[in-house]
Order: sequence, then structure tokens, then C-alpha cells
Amino acid sequence: MELPRYHRLRGALYRLEGSACHACDARAFPARATCAACGARDAAPFAFSGRGTLWSFARVAQAPRGFASVAPYAVGMVRLAEGPLVTAQLADVEGVDLAIGMEMEMTTRKIRDAQENGFIVYGYKFRPSLRPAAQAGPMPQTSAAPVSGPAPRGGGA
Amino acid sequence: MRDVVIIGIGQTAVGEHWDRSIRDLAAEAIAKARADAGVERADVLYVGNMASGALCGQENLGTLVGDAAGLLPIEAVKIEAACASGGAAVRAAWLAVAGGTHDYALAVGVEKMTDLLTDGVTSALATAADADYEAGHGVSFVALNAMLMRRYMHEHGARREEFAPLAVLAHANAAHNPHALYRQPITAAEFAASPLVADPIGILDSAAICDGAAAVLLAPASEARRTRRPAVRIAASTCVTDTVGLAQRRDPLVWEAVGAGARRAYTEAKVGPRDIDLFELHDAFTIVSALALEACGFADRGHALKLAAEGRLARDGDLPICTLGGLKGRGHPVGASGAYQIVEVAQQLRGEAGAAQVKGARTGMAQSVGGSGSVAVTHILQV
Repeated sequence: MELPRYHRLRGALYRLEGSACHACDARAFPARATCAACGARDAAPFAFSGRGTLWSFARVAQAPRGFASVAPYAVGMVRLAEGPLVTAQLADVEGVDLAIGMEMEMTTRKIRDAQENGFIVYGYKFRPSLRPAAQAGPMPQTSAAPVSGPAPRGGGA
Repeated sequence: MRDVVIIGIGQTAVGEHWDRSIRDLAAEAIAKARADAGVERADVLYVGNMASGALCGQENLGTLVGDAAGLLPIEAVKIEAACASGGAAVRAAWLAVAGGTHDYALAVGVEKMTDLLTDGVTSALATAADADYEAGHGVSFVALNAMLMRRYMHEHGARREEFAPLAVLAHANAAHNPHALYRQPITAAEFAASPLVADPIGILDSAAICDGAAAVLLAPASEARRTRRPAVRIAASTCVTDTVGLAQRRDPLVWEAVGAGARRAYTEAKVGPRDIDLFELHDAFTIVSALALEACGFADRGHALKLAAEGRLARDGDLPICTLGGLKGRGHPVGASGAYQIVEVAQQLRGEAGAAQVKGARTGMAQSVGGSGSVAVTHILQV
């Protein structure tokens, strides 16, 4: 990925910014112009809390081009407190016995190798939560269904 | 809509073809399909290919292949649907003939993967995933499937070794396929000991990097008598999509596009899962086979591995799969695999599968899946 692309994605990368639908209150990550739940085109940016639980994870031994210097590394899918799943690298997990269901939180880290032009790309990763849930206060509340559900589909026999 | 039949099939051996280019491979498969049919005419060419731009620095592939095959000035375009590209090209040819636009339609699936080193291929394959929110974070395509496999094991209490029979079967079947990449059998112990690519996915869970091309020539059923070989009827052709990003699914372990594609195909062909004599499924990873078997109605959720353990997926079982090796054994030149599946089902239905022959096969299904279940192209063929 090149610099203009990361610039375009800065809201998501640095603030975990997705969208909230005004019509049905569904939250989406990544942001969607058209709501997957209700089809409305009335969404505003919404910054997620960055807190969630580990849905699944894997350790990458064979890194794609641009990720050699950070390999081997762990990746995961995290179920955010507000509903959506997000896919990301995991941080601070060396020696950690990862388990599905463990509490995670967003952190900002180097995503990949410095590119030829010298730019380093930073963005969200997830790490095991530093504070137990009891001390972290109540999880953010949302009345909305997660927007990770499927868009309306035609047919389907 | 007109009834459409396959009148010619052709394929190159799958392998690491260091001395051959993408155009050579495609042209060979096309020439073989035309010779098999004994028909000179071709009105349109659809080239199924996933990543020639990233893998070979070559686009404009329809024209390139049309030229290499000596077919200029034929109408020709590339069809891309990630790993389902080969199936999508066959469907495009089916649409052209069924709709009456063309009479003789060629579809070729081709991929040349070995022009790049492994990290480049890994990056090229990741283009099937969401570039902004998956691949851009270093989440390789293997890693996505590894996360699915781990979650599957977590939800269903499955152990890694329970996936072994799927890989062992693919290799056993490939041993009977002269075009296959891997003709040597593997054991469950070798599966268990194979190095991990992205934990819990090991080398022997995964289809390998390779090159190959497969082609079919389609015509209206009314023209079937002109062919030298038994015509194979395309009883159903469907294409269904789901989100590209795995995280955007309601439940990433339920492959809705794969299931809907199969159900729609059953309806079109007026058959049910029990009528399928063989199923060429998209076994890019062992977890994908499990999810496809469940989505297509052959097993309840969480029960696909039992089918494999009980031997029901073998050639003499009630649902033979990957009969000529599948993606794992025959090999998975990504954009070509969907076309190989169609060619192989046709071989089986014509009774030309040799030692791999499924006895009495009359109805076969081929399903080509792109991304992590994000696009499914399903065909049911009959004789």
C-alpha cells in the first residue's frame, strides 16, 4: 500500500473510525455509506471504543511482501464492544497464551516495513487488555444490532 | 434460454512450468479442447484469470490469449472473480450460448504463478481479500483461513488432526490423475507433522503455488451431434456473492454465498444434494472443504469432518469429492481451478476418468469459490 492510500484511511487507522447509521443506529466498521442493515444512505463517522474480545487468531509465518521485518506476527479478529468484527495484527502477544474470548484493546503501532520512500505506516493493532473489565468501567452501550450482518441479497433459492 | 452442452475439454498438466508463459499454457488448453470437440468454430473467448496483473505484470489477457491461440479477431475478454475466475469464465460462456448471443463459446481458466517468488505470490493472492482492511494489515489469505479454522475448532471441539482425511483423500485421488501436481500419497502422520504456514494451517492443509490452464468449448444442445465425444449438459450455472471482508459477515463460519449458490443450482437442475454423484469442491484449505460441505447441505453445521472420517467422500463413498485430486492434489493455479473442476466433472460423466472413475456417475457438481467465501460459482453437469 502506498502513502495516498494510508492517508485516505487515516480516520480508521488512527481513531478506529467507522460509521453510525442515523436511520437505524447500526454501527459499522469499516465505515459504510450505505447501511448494510437498513439500506439507508445516512451515516456519520463513529469512533469505536477500541475494546472487544478475541474472536479468532492466527500466527503468520509466511509474510506478504512489505511485512517481512515484523514477521512472524499474530493476527486476529476482534469482536468490538459495539458489535462489529475487526481484523488486525495483534501486539504485545509474545509469550502470551492467546485464547478465543480474551479481552483486547486497540493500540497504535507500526503496521508494516518502512517503504522505499521512507514512510512508516502506523495504525490500529489489538493487544490483550491491560485493565480487567471490572476496573475499566462499563462497556460502551449500544442499542443497535451490529452492522456486520449481510446486506440484503437478491434471490438465494 | 437454450440448453447448453460441453462439447470439448482440454487441460495442461498442473505444475511448476518454469519454461512456459501464461499465453503458452492457455493456448495449449484451448487447442486441446477444440481438438477434443473436433470443431473448428469459436465465436467468443472468455479467459478466467485471477491475478495476471500482479503475478505476471500482464493484463489485456483476453486479447493476449486470443492471439496466442490463433483466434484473432475473436471477441475476447478476461473474467475475474478471484479464485473463482475459472468457474466464472465458464459461466460467462454459458450465458453467451444460453442467451443466444453466440453458438460456440470457449472458456479457459489460466494462472501462471511461478514467475514470482513466494512473498510476491502471497501478496498477489491477498488481493482477493479486502485491501484496505485485511491485506493492508499484513493479514494474508492463509491467515484469514487459519482464523476460520481455529474458530471452527473452538466452536465444534474439532482437533487439527481431524482435518487430515481431507488432504489424504485429495492426494490419494490425485495419484490417478496424470495431469495432477502431486501424484504421491500422504499419510495422516505426515499431515500432522507438516510445517505451519499460519497456525493452525499447515503446508498439507493448503493447495500449493503452481501453473496450469484448462478449457471447455460450449455449444447449444442442438449442435451436440457435431461433436466426437459424448456431450455433457450444463444443467445449472449460478454465481452468488457475499462481503469481501470476512469480518463483515453475520457469521464468518456460515458461507452464505456458497450455500445459496448450491441451493439455486439444485433448483435450476431440479436435483437435491442426494442426487449429486460427485462434487468437485473448492478445497484450497481443508477448512474450506468443511465449510463448503456444510453450506451446500451435505452435512449439518460442525459435522463435515465426520463425512471425511467415515470415508463417505472417497470414490466409493456416497459423496465422492475432489475425484481427480481437487485443488490440494491436482493443484490450484488459482484462476484456472474452476475450469479444471468443470473439465474433471466432464471426464467423470463421460466415463473417461480412468482409475479415478466414479462408477455410474450421471450428475456432478463443481463449485469454485473466490475470496474467503465471498463469491461462489456453481455448476451442475449431467449426462
